[in-house]
Amino acid sequence: MKAKVHVMLKTGVLDPQGEAVRHALGTLGFDGVEGVRQGKVIELDLADGTSEADVTQMCEKLLANTVIERYSIEMVGP
Amino acid sequence: MKAGVLTFPGSNCDRDLAQGFRLAGAEVEMVWHKETALPAGLDVIGIPGGFSFGDYLRCGAIAARSPICAAVVEFAKGGGHVIGICNGFQVLCETGLLPGALMRNAGLNFVCRQQELVVESADSPYTSGYTQGARITVPIAHHDGNYSADADLVARLRGEGRVAFSYADNPNGSAGDIAGVLSQNRRVLGMMPHPERAVEAAHGNRDGAALFASLIGVMQAA
Repeated sequence: MKAKVHVMLKTGVLDPQGEAVRHALGTLGFDGVEGVRQGKVIELDLADGTSEADVTQMCEKLLANTVIERYSIEMVGP
Repeated sequence: MKAGVLTFPGSNCDRDLAQGFRLAGAEVEMVWHKETALPAGLDVIGIPGGFSFGDYLRCGAIAARSPICAAVVEFAKGGGHVIGICNGFQVLCETGLLPGALMRNAGLNFVCRQQELVVESADSPYTSGYTQGARITVPIAHHDGNYSADADLVARLRGEGRVAFSYADNPNGSAGDIAGVLSQNRRVLGMMPHPERAVEAAHGNRDGAALFASLIGVMQAA
């Protein structure tokens, strides 16, 4: 079993890196981009019996800083 | 009067911070991150600057979950004094001892320069040696010093006099120009600027010395 954790900045938290990426895209001629938000994906290989609730605890305690970030969990595979 | 200074893999201001405490008259004990208990008899803990654990995941995130930090959180919750500088400020925010978070600088650049600060509150053991409104110069050197706090939090911190220092000219996009924040009981201070790099004549200025002097003075009087 694997889990994919997506961590993104919360709405309203400014993302200077995303903004820099948006600028760079504009420089390359991609004028159609109105906003860029950059986050991260964390893949976990889980031992049998590790539940989504466990992964939620991992997110709350370490993987995301819930002051500025939100997360979502995708359980993948059998 | 005894200070403990934590050392993580990647800390690089731990000896400077120890020197800051020593010059103010404190005895210093270095504390390795794998320790599970603090040395007996500490009056204050310093969390130094640097790049603990390579800034992996988020700055300060791994350090904040290290064995010694559990003891530091207990120490602070019991009314202990803790100062975190630069990476130490990031660690304190990650532990939840201080509100808010530190993000990548708004300009995306690593900023390394002498920085003018305004002393916003002289009402703390760390700032009682300054005059409120005084302008001091303290070096900054960071990539992730952009203090993130919503308008409500900034207003609350200001209202409670918990903004210890602000930037005279904001170098990193910090909300409310905030450079340093106090806990509710005013015994935990986190700040991005490096007062320990402004304590000796050879540093070029000694504006940081009053921070250590007032802290040690308050503790000795207690």
